[in-house]
Amino acid sequence: MREIVKVEGLSKVYAGGFEALKGVDLSICEGEILALLGPNGAGKTTLISALCGITSPTGGSASIGGHDIITGYRAARRLVGLVPQEIALEPFELVINTVRFSRGLFGKRRDDALIEKILRQLSLWDKRNARTRELSDAMKRRVLIAKALCHEPRVLFLDEPTAGVDVELRRDMWKIVEGLRADGVTIILTTHYIEEAEAIADRIAVIDGGRILLTEDKVTLMQQMGRKTLRIDLKEPATAVPDALKAYGVVLSEDGMHLTYTYDTRGEGTGITRLLQALSSEGLALRDIQTTQSSLEEIFVGLIKEGVA
Amino acid sequence: MNFPAIWAIYVYEMKRFFRTLMESLLSPVISTSLYFVVFGAAIGSRIDQVEGVTYGAFIVPGLIMLSVMTQAISNASFGIYFPKFIGTIFELLSAPINFLEIVIGYVGAAATKALLIGVIILITAKLFVDIEVMHPGAMIAFLLLTCVSFSLFGFIIGIWSQNFQQLQLIPLLVITPLVFLGGAFYSISMLPPSWQTVTLFNPVVYLISGFRWSFFGVSDVPVVASLIAIGVFTALCLGVIWWIFKTGYRIKS
Repeated sequence: MREIVKVEGLSKVYAGGFEALKGVDLSICEGEILALLGPNGAGKTTLISALCGITSPTGGSASIGGHDIITGYRAARRLVGLVPQEIALEPFELVINTVRFSRGLFGKRRDDALIEKILRQLSLWDKRNARTRELSDAMKRRVLIAKALCHEPRVLFLDEPTAGVDVELRRDMWKIVEGLRADGVTIILTTHYIEEAEAIADRIAVIDGGRILLTEDKVTLMQQMGRKTLRIDLKEPATAVPDALKAYGVVLSEDGMHLTYTYDTRGEGTGITRLLQALSSEGLALRDIQTTQSSLEEIFVGLIKEGVA
Repeated sequence: MNFPAIWAIYVYEMKRFFRTLMESLLSPVISTSLYFVVFGAAIGSRIDQVEGVTYGAFIVPGLIMLSVMTQAISNASFGIYFPKFIGTIFELLSAPINFLEIVIGYVGAAATKALLIGVIILITAKLFVDIEVMHPGAMIAFLLLTCVSFSLFGFIIGIWSQNFQQLQLIPLLVITPLVFLGGAFYSISMLPPSWQTVTLFNPVVYLISGFRWSFFGVSDVPVVASLIAIGVFTALCLGVIWWIFKTGYRIKS
């Protein structure tokens, strides 16, 4: 796949001396959805702001669609849509006018059919003649999304798009993201809702302290880093972990009704076969078996703690 | 040039003006009428003529200038300060536009509003006094240049301001005194000679003098000096704005 966003050694030192980005390298392919995960103050918003032209980077370079963000800013920015983290809307303007304004700013001719389509998608069509200050916060966020989409961006930055929004909007958002993915739009999403990244991203980049700690395909990441848990429900309660199973680190629940075995999918063998053999030779009757994959959240917390470089 | 962007900003700004049309037009008309009552009728009736012009007519160019300058500054400064204040400036910064296009959009709209107000005050003035414009072409040129240059100046104030108080500060502390002392209501020749010299350092004197010349054919300073003064002022403002966008001063961290 063609590379559409390329970031090389991008750094940002704010006037106060705070080093928000310490040489970020990142490459994003056309059409992929990248989730940028990181705790507060990790540099997520600064990275997006630098790429979109809101802050000036102090070092390194970046390009979008092959256009340098400084020397070729016009061509680069034409490709970019941005949904900011903070809700910022002109309070007295009509919804439809503020969306039209955004389209104009990006050098596009007025296109009422497209704007109607976007507003309908976001359930804003009925509110098109409302003033933005009359809307709820969730609705305002929809307006911001409409403003970012109305100039048909090829790269969409969503900075914490679902922070503090209702479940309905989050679902709608995901639906819209799916639709955009089908159109081949590249999406960069910052979030600290790991479930969100898990649900929609193709690739995960973890950022902390102004550095990208890792970028990895989501599935690979979960396979590599993931731990799985095997839970065995017993027919009859057991009083203690059978001796043959102690070597596996199996834990017995308090009521003695189930055994839990944690294993690493990275290992050559998971030890499940031998474990089950040992179980039957101990004469334990099984009622049910289930496995659960550790979530991205657990992986993420683990990464940040380790400070993987 | 990103013309759709310039047009989008211009239309957006003009809409704001028309949303508050009554407030925008009513206050200059009322204040102008008050000036006419006080200076034209009450005081003016005791002053015969200034440089061959009745006092009521004499103050018209100065009054128009006073309103046009303050309106141009307040419209342009508010126009760019507001997006900064509410945070919508991110959109301007992330759009494929350059500083010139942003300035043309905002300053163009502010200058248009100031021009409209200037014309309305002229019409209002006609209701009070008999006034003829001797050089209409020059009058329009001076009016336009003043609208544009003071809108540019207002734009700078809007970017510089970090709160609403600062937004009011410059017009109140600098512009109003300069206009009042700039011969809006009197001829420079009426001052003692030493004060006449001091006055020549006031840039507004040149604007009002040139503008008044286009009405009555009389001026305190040569018309060419007026044109040069306004040209230098415009160039200075443009230079400062270019620097602002180059360095991102107070708009971009």
